[in-house]
Amino acid sequence: MKRKWNWRLWVGFLLVLAGLLSFVPVFAQFPITRDFPWVNLSLFAIGGVLLMIGLARAYRQSEAYRGKVSGPILTILSVLGIAFFCYGIFYHARQLPASAQAPHAGQKAPDFSLPDQNGKMVSLSDLLSSGKGALLIFYRGYW
Amino acid sequence: MCNSEFRGFQRQLSEFDKRGIRIVAISVDAPEESRRMAQKLGITFPLLSDPKNEVTRKYDLLHTGGGPKASDIARPAEFLIDSAGSVLWVNLTESAVVRARPAQVLKAWDAAKH
Repeated sequence: MKRKWNWRLWVGFLLVLAGLLSFVPVFAQFPITRDFPWVNLSLFAIGGVLLMIGLARAYRQSEAYRGKVSGPILTILSVLGIAFFCYGIFYHARQLPASAQAPHAGQKAPDFSLPDQNGKMVSLSDLLSSGKGALLIFYRGYW
Repeated sequence: MCNSEFRGFQRQLSEFDKRGIRIVAISVDAPEESRRMAQKLGITFPLLSDPKNEVTRKYDLLHTGGGPKASDIARPAEFLIDSAGSVLWVNLTESAVVRARPAQVLKAWDAAKH
Protein backbone atom coordinates (compact mmCIF):
# COMPACT_ATOMS: atom_id res chain seq x y z
CA MET A 1 0.00 0.00 0.00
CA LYS A 2 1.28 3.43 -0.90
CA ARG A 3 1.78 5.57 2.19
CA LYS A 4 0.23 9.03 2.30
CA TRP A 5 2.17 12.29 2.19
CA ASN A 6 2.62 13.54 5.76
CA TRP A 7 1.77 17.18 5.01
CA ARG A 8 1.61 18.23 8.66
CA LEU A 9 5.37 17.86 8.97
CA TRP A 10 6.03 20.12 6.01
CA VAL A 11 3.40 22.74 6.82
CA GLY A 12 4.62 22.79 10.44
CA PHE A 13 8.19 23.30 9.27
CA LEU A 14 7.16 26.06 6.85
CA LEU A 15 5.28 27.90 9.63
CA VAL A 16 8.37 27.78 11.84
CA LEU A 17 10.46 29.04 8.92
CA ALA A 18 7.95 31.85 8.29
CA GLY A 19 8.15 32.76 11.99
CA LEU A 20 11.94 32.99 11.77
CA LEU A 21 12.18 34.97 8.57
CA SER A 22 9.30 37.40 9.11
CA PHE A 23 10.44 39.10 12.32
CA VAL A 24 13.01 41.54 10.98
CA PRO A 25 11.34 42.55 7.68
CA VAL A 26 7.71 42.52 8.89
CA PHE A 27 6.84 42.27 12.57
CA ALA A 28 9.78 44.29 13.97
CA GLN A 29 8.41 47.21 11.92
CA PHE A 30 5.40 47.65 14.23
CA PRO A 31 5.80 48.32 17.96
CA ILE A 32 2.84 46.09 18.80
CA THR A 33 4.43 42.99 17.24
CA ARG A 34 8.02 44.08 18.00
CA ASP A 35 8.20 44.75 21.73
CA PHE A 36 6.92 41.24 22.39
CA PRO A 37 7.13 38.98 19.29
CA TRP A 38 3.78 37.27 19.86
CA VAL A 39 3.02 36.71 16.15
CA ASN A 40 6.32 34.89 15.61
CA LEU A 41 5.92 32.85 18.80
CA SER A 42 2.39 31.90 17.70
CA LEU A 43 3.70 30.72 14.33
CA PHE A 44 6.28 28.59 16.19
CA ALA A 45 3.58 27.16 18.45
CA ILE A 46 1.25 26.21 15.59
CA GLY A 47 4.16 24.85 13.55
CA GLY A 48 5.36 22.85 16.56
CA VAL A 49 1.94 21.27 17.12
CA LEU A 50 1.71 20.27 13.44
CA LEU A 51 5.21 18.77 13.60
CA MET A 52 4.26 16.75 16.69
CA ILE A 53 1.10 15.42 15.03
CA GLY A 54 3.11 14.65 11.88
CA LEU A 55 5.76 12.81 13.88
CA ALA A 56 3.13 10.80 15.76
CA ARG A 57 1.59 9.73 12.44
CA ALA A 58 4.96 8.88 10.91
CA TYR A 59 5.87 6.53 13.76
CA ARG A 60 2.57 5.21 15.16
CA GLN A 61 0.87 4.81 11.78
CA SER A 62 3.96 4.20 9.72
CA GLU A 63 2.04 1.84 7.43
CA ALA A 64 -0.25 4.74 6.42
CA TYR A 65 2.01 7.83 6.57
CA ARG A 66 5.45 8.76 5.36
CA GLY A 67 7.89 10.97 7.27
CA LYS A 68 10.05 8.65 9.38
CA VAL A 69 13.15 10.27 7.92
CA SER A 70 11.96 13.76 6.99
CA GLY A 71 10.02 14.15 10.28
CA PRO A 72 12.99 14.09 12.66
CA ILE A 73 15.10 16.22 10.29
CA LEU A 74 12.42 18.91 9.96
CA THR A 75 11.78 18.80 13.71
CA ILE A 76 15.46 19.22 14.61
CA LEU A 77 15.82 22.11 12.14
CA SER A 78 12.72 23.74 13.64
CA VAL A 79 13.95 23.34 17.22
CA LEU A 80 17.33 24.84 16.28
CA GLY A 81 15.63 27.74 14.49
CA ILE A 82 13.32 28.50 17.42
CA ALA A 83 16.23 28.26 19.88
CA PHE A 84 18.23 30.70 17.74
CA PHE A 85 15.29 33.15 17.61
CA CYS A 86 14.69 33.00 21.36
CA TYR A 87 18.40 33.40 22.08
CA GLY A 88 18.48 36.49 19.87
CA ILE A 89 15.36 38.16 21.22
CA PHE A 90 15.33 37.14 24.87
CA TYR A 91 19.06 36.96 25.58
CA HIS A 92 21.30 38.65 23.03
CA ALA A 93 19.13 41.76 22.57
CA ARG A 94 19.18 42.25 26.36
CA GLN A 95 22.97 42.33 26.66
CA LEU A 96 23.08 46.12 26.93
CA PRO A 97 25.37 48.16 29.19
CA ALA A 98 23.72 49.25 32.45
CA SER A 99 24.46 52.95 31.79
CA ALA A 100 24.36 53.73 35.51
CA GLN A 101 25.99 57.13 34.95
CA ALA A 102 23.52 58.22 32.25
CA PRO A 103 21.86 61.52 33.23
CA HIS A 104 18.64 60.82 35.07
CA ALA A 105 15.54 62.89 35.65
CA GLY A 106 16.33 66.24 37.24
CA GLN A 107 19.98 66.22 36.13
CA LYS A 108 21.51 68.54 33.57
CA ALA A 109 21.82 67.01 30.08
CA PRO A 110 25.42 67.40 28.78
CA ASP A 111 25.61 69.84 25.86
CA PHE A 112 26.94 68.67 22.50
CA SER A 113 27.40 69.85 18.94
CA LEU A 114 27.24 67.33 16.09
CA PRO A 115 26.69 67.43 12.31
CA ASP A 116 23.30 66.35 10.97
CA GLN A 117 22.64 64.36 7.76
CA ASN A 118 23.18 67.51 5.69
CA GLY A 119 26.44 68.45 7.43
CA LYS A 120 24.83 71.28 9.44
CA MET A 121 26.05 71.54 13.04
CA VAL A 122 23.31 71.09 15.64
CA SER A 123 23.86 71.68 19.34
CA LEU A 124 21.62 70.93 22.29
CA SER A 125 21.73 74.57 23.40
CA ASP A 126 20.53 75.69 19.92
CA LEU A 127 17.68 73.19 20.06
CA LEU A 128 16.62 74.44 23.49
CA SER A 129 16.82 78.10 22.56
CA SER A 130 14.69 77.58 19.45
CA GLY A 131 12.18 75.22 21.10
CA LYS A 132 10.65 74.50 24.48
CA GLY A 133 12.37 71.15 24.86
CA ALA A 134 14.23 68.41 23.08
CA LEU A 135 13.98 64.67 22.63
CA LEU A 136 17.30 62.88 22.13
CA ILE A 137 17.02 59.43 20.57
CA PHE A 138 20.24 57.44 20.76
CA TYR A 139 20.21 54.53 18.30
CA ARG A 140 22.49 51.76 17.15
CA GLY A 141 22.99 52.98 13.58
CA TYR A 142 21.54 51.80 10.34
CA TRP A 143 24.34 49.41 9.31
CA MET B 1 14.35 48.31 15.14
CA CYS B 2 15.24 51.95 14.71
CA ASN B 3 13.16 51.92 11.48
CA SER B 4 9.96 51.30 13.38
CA GLU B 5 10.96 53.70 16.15
CA PHE B 6 11.75 56.53 13.72
CA ARG B 7 8.65 56.01 11.61
CA GLY B 8 6.53 56.25 14.74
CA PHE B 9 8.13 59.54 15.82
CA GLN B 10 7.96 60.92 12.28
CA ARG B 11 4.21 60.17 12.15
CA GLN B 12 3.69 61.99 15.46
CA LEU B 13 6.03 64.87 14.60
CA SER B 14 3.21 67.45 14.55
CA GLU B 15 2.37 66.56 18.17
CA PHE B 16 5.99 67.26 19.14
CA ASP B 17 6.06 70.47 17.06
CA LYS B 18 2.89 71.66 18.75
CA ARG B 19 4.59 71.40 22.15
CA GLY B 20 7.85 72.92 20.89
CA ILE B 21 9.79 69.67 21.40
CA ARG B 22 12.67 69.33 18.94
CA ILE B 23 13.53 65.72 18.06
CA VAL B 24 17.08 64.67 17.18
CA ALA B 25 18.54 61.17 16.83
CA ILE B 26 22.20 60.32 17.45
CA SER B 27 24.34 57.40 16.22
CA VAL B 28 27.82 56.57 14.92
CA ASP B 29 26.57 56.70 11.31
CA ALA B 30 28.29 59.17 8.97
CA PRO B 31 26.11 62.06 7.68
CA GLU B 32 25.95 60.43 4.19
CA GLU B 33 24.57 57.20 5.64
CA SER B 34 22.06 59.13 7.72
CA ARG B 35 20.99 61.10 4.66
CA ARG B 36 20.25 57.89 2.76
CA MET B 37 18.29 56.51 5.69
CA ALA B 38 16.35 59.77 6.15
CA GLN B 39 15.39 59.72 2.48
CA LYS B 40 14.42 56.07 2.53
CA LEU B 41 12.26 56.36 5.65
CA GLY B 42 10.99 59.90 4.98
CA ILE B 43 12.55 61.32 8.16
CA THR B 44 12.66 65.10 8.47
CA PHE B 45 14.17 65.51 11.96
CA PRO B 46 17.99 65.73 12.29
CA LEU B 47 20.03 62.52 12.44
CA LEU B 48 23.26 63.52 14.15
CA SER B 49 26.58 61.84 13.51
CA ASP B 50 28.80 60.93 16.48
CA PRO B 51 31.39 58.69 14.77
CA LYS B 52 33.79 58.62 17.73
CA ASN B 53 31.03 58.08 20.30
CA GLU B 54 32.05 61.26 22.14
CA VAL B 55 28.50 62.29 23.01
CA THR B 56 27.50 58.66 23.55
CA ARG B 57 30.28 58.41 26.17
CA LYS B 58 29.19 61.67 27.82
CA TYR B 59 25.75 60.14 28.28
CA ASP B 60 27.26 56.79 29.44
CA LEU B 61 25.55 54.89 26.63
CA LEU B 62 28.58 53.25 25.00
CA HIS B 63 27.91 49.65 24.00
CA THR B 64 31.44 48.31 23.56
CA GLY B 65 31.58 45.79 20.71
CA GLY B 66 27.82 46.02 20.18
CA GLY B 67 27.97 46.99 16.51
CA PRO B 68 28.96 45.19 13.32
CA LYS B 69 32.46 43.65 13.45
CA ALA B 70 32.50 44.31 17.21
CA SER B 71 32.57 48.09 16.70
CA ASP B 72 31.46 50.40 19.49
CA ILE B 73 27.98 51.92 19.18
CA ALA B 74 25.37 53.59 21.38
CA ARG B 75 22.87 51.45 23.28
CA PRO B 76 19.30 52.56 22.50
CA ALA B 77 18.05 55.29 24.86
CA GLU B 78 15.72 58.30 24.82
CA PHE B 79 16.03 61.53 26.85
CA LEU B 80 13.38 64.22 27.11
CA ILE B 81 14.92 67.55 28.04
CA ASP B 82 13.22 70.76 29.17
CA SER B 83 14.08 74.31 28.08
CA ALA B 84 16.45 74.73 31.06
CA GLY B 85 18.48 71.74 29.84
CA SER B 86 17.37 69.35 32.60
CA VAL B 87 16.30 65.78 31.94
CA LEU B 88 12.53 65.45 32.39
CA TRP B 89 12.24 61.79 31.47
CA VAL B 90 14.62 59.08 30.38
CA ASN B 91 14.13 55.63 28.88
CA LEU B 92 17.01 53.14 29.12
CA THR B 93 15.48 50.09 27.50
CA GLU B 94 16.47 46.64 28.75
CA SER B 95 16.19 45.14 25.28
CA ALA B 96 17.43 46.40 21.93
CA VAL B 97 14.14 45.32 20.33
CA VAL B 98 11.99 47.38 22.72
CA ARG B 99 12.00 51.15 22.11
CA ALA B 100 10.16 54.17 23.44
CA ARG B 101 6.87 54.99 21.75
CA PRO B 102 5.86 58.55 20.86
CA ALA B 103 2.78 58.38 23.11
CA GLN B 104 4.96 57.58 26.16
CA VAL B 105 7.16 60.61 25.54
CA LEU B 106 4.21 62.95 24.97
CA LYS B 107 2.57 61.67 28.15
CA ALA B 108 5.75 62.32 30.16
CA TRP B 109 5.96 65.85 28.72
CA ASP B 110 2.31 66.64 29.36
CA ALA B 111 2.54 65.28 32.92
CA ALA B 112 5.58 67.48 33.67
CA LYS B 113 3.98 70.55 32.07
CA HIS B 114 0.42 69.76 33.24
